[in-house]
Amino acid sequence: MDRTAPFVRTAMIPQAPPPRGETGLVHWVRANLFATPLDAVLTVLSVVVVWQIAAGIGPWFLNAVWNASSLAQCREILAGEPGACLAVIRDRWHQLLFGFYPSEFYWRPTLALILMLVALAPILFAGAPRRLLWFSAVYPALAYWLLWGGTIWFPALALAGFAVGYGAFRAVHAAVPLIAVPAAALATVLWWVFLTGPLSEALHAILPVGLTFVRSDSFGGFMLSTIIGVTGIALSLPIGILLALGRKSDMLLIKTISVGFIEFIRGVPLITLLFTASLLLNYFLPPGTNFDIVLRVVIMVTLFAAAYMAEVIRGGLAALPRGQYEAADSLGLDYWRSMRLIILPQALKISIPGIVNNFIGLFKDTTLVVFIGLLDPLGLTTAIRADSAWNGIFWELYIFVGACFFIFCFGMSRYSMHLEARLKTDHR
Amino acid sequence: MTQSAGDAQMAVTDEVAIEIRGMNKWFGSFHVLRDIDMTVNRGERIVICGPSGSGKSTLIRCINRLEEHQSGRIVVDGTELTSDLKNIDKVRSEVGMVFQHFNLFPHLTILENCTLAPIWVRKTPKKEAEEIAMHFLSKVKIPEQALKYPGQLSGGQQQRVAIARSLCMKPRIMLFDEPTSALDPEMIKEVLDTMIELAREGMTMLVVTHEMGFAQAVANRVVFMDQGQIVEENEPRAFFNNPQSDRTKLFLSQILGH
Ligand SMILES: Nc1ncnc2c1ncn2[C@@H]1O[C@H](COP(=O)(O)OP(=O)(O)O)[C@@H](O)[C@H]1O
Ligand SMILES: [Mg+2]
Repeated sequence: MDRTAPFVRTAMIPQAPPPRGETGLVHWVRANLFATPLDAVLTVLSVVVVWQIAAGIGPWFLNAVWNASSLAQCREILAGEPGACLAVIRDRWHQLLFGFYPSEFYWRPTLALILMLVALAPILFAGAPRRLLWFSAVYPALAYWLLWGGTIWFPALALAGFAVGYGAFRAVHAAVPLIAVPAAALATVLWWVFLTGPLSEALHAILPVGLTFVRSDSFGGFMLSTIIGVTGIALSLPIGILLALGRKSDMLLIKTISVGFIEFIRGVPLITLLFTASLLLNYFLPPGTNFDIVLRVVIMVTLFAAAYMAEVIRGGLAALPRGQYEAADSLGLDYWRSMRLIILPQALKISIPGIVNNFIGLFKDTTLVVFIGLLDPLGLTTAIRADSAWNGIFWELYIFVGACFFIFCFGMSRYSMHLEARLKTDHR
Repeated sequence: MTQSAGDAQMAVTDEVAIEIRGMNKWFGSFHVLRDIDMTVNRGERIVICGPSGSGKSTLIRCINRLEEHQSGRIVVDGTELTSDLKNIDKVRSEVGMVFQHFNLFPHLTILENCTLAPIWVRKTPKKEAEEIAMHFLSKVKIPEQALKYPGQLSGGQQQRVAIARSLCMKPRIMLFDEPTSALDPEMIKEVLDTMIELAREGMTMLVVTHEMGFAQAVANRVVFMDQGQIVEENEPRAFFNNPQSDRTKLFLSQILGH
């Protein structure tokens, strides 16, 4: 080879460490906190603000009184120093969690909660055994029985309604396939309305198995929020999906009903719907029907959430390229299969942030039931203050309630991020 | 490339695969397809070309009812396309389609993309569907990508998967809508080779493409469309060497000119 360069290096120089000031803490601080004069000002300001807040709240928590039987006693112990009277939480935590549910039965909602986590596992996490889904399917009836009590035959027969519906579907499908689904739905509803009640009484007379009945008006606290919130969440998603598909449907009647429903519900404040649930439904229903107030609220909250859910999912559906629909069609998949296998999995994945946002909103909105006389956690703070021992205590209760809500909602938010990461297959 | 006429495997039968008679289609008031008449025999390979917007895509999309025609008849494999959903599903399960932008399902693996329709439409058992899928993936020369997702593959590979996905339904007719126009030049050949191989096995194919090399290698007929009409059709050599209409001449000079 020709020598073209006058000097060629023969030995490589080893890598030198970076100069001082380019590594370590000092470098990090300079690069991230004081990079420009504006950054420096913002950093200093933030530190001051955080410090002020910590200085204000810190002693209040550090001085907290845990052992006292009334607010007056708390104040005595604190003797003028700032400090939280967390004794109220110690004294009344059970009420904040269970409302006025009989204390000898606290194990029932607690068990229902634990079983709920078991029932949710196969739905939320890919690693859980698939067979648990059977438990998830019977869980709603089981939870109903644990919470309200009464004879076990009632929830068992209510579950059997699905088997009845399936039987009707098979029977009718063989003869007239077109009306199989409506026939199955009709059979199920008829079973629930006319047979479940009398049959469960009859069976109970023969074989009495049951738990002590607990009335809905003793429900309260986070137990009530969780019942309304979880049921609303679980039901609003499928209903929202159907509404979103209905809104995109070519069938005019279905489209009109879906659009009308969504626009009506979205145009009305939730509180109005709750008042309707608590007052108006009594006028519409035949006298003597005992339609549980918690059930009525759950229905209203579900419908409300479903309308919002439908719009979020519609956004996801609209975001899919038309080619996905066409590819599914061209392979010969029918409408429901292409929705279930191709379109919805992708549309729902896109909509996860919006869906979870709705779930969180719904969960917090359950506190609105206080206005129709149900004792949600916030309503209970008022009930606790009504006791002369704790009259005048605000912050401690609200902070506790807020912290509990935060834990639930933050958990949902983290789960949604986990799910998004798990379902990420686009590799863009 | 060998000339098509002498290839025994590429024999065309007398059996009619697709028959289109007096077909018209409008988008609103826009008359996009005018009096289309076309007969495709089983085993025929037809290349459709023409300027952009002339209705080529719309024509082949009418054959599997991705678009609905308003008058005339389309009969595919003896089944007439009407608003009867049963007929539509039957035709769609027998006609494979490959799109310009592949349209693979991004949330499913390559293997799942290929087994989905056989399992749910043909009710093939999963294991058998997977064997069929692997067979066709080997045929398009990407069996090793089976467990990846579409987003991890190159454009050419994705298009070959799309072809394999259609083949897994064992279609009797394949439609291609500009299968190579979205591809980088170096990937066009791998897709065309796959299609040429398919043609040699006697598949009935309708291909919208401007790849004139492909047309000369495998087409029985080239159909030229302009403004919603079939202007001219002929066997490839005559079509390219001796175009009849002025519009065809202009079009050919534009696409072969450079
Ligand atoms: N869904 C549609 N609605 C209205 N016009 C359309 C639609 N699809 C295509 N067109 C119009 O029909 C004409 C033919 O389109 P197309 O069949 O895609 O042409 P080509 O595939 O030959 O380029 C074009 O003018 C296009 O704008
Ligand atoms: Mg086109």
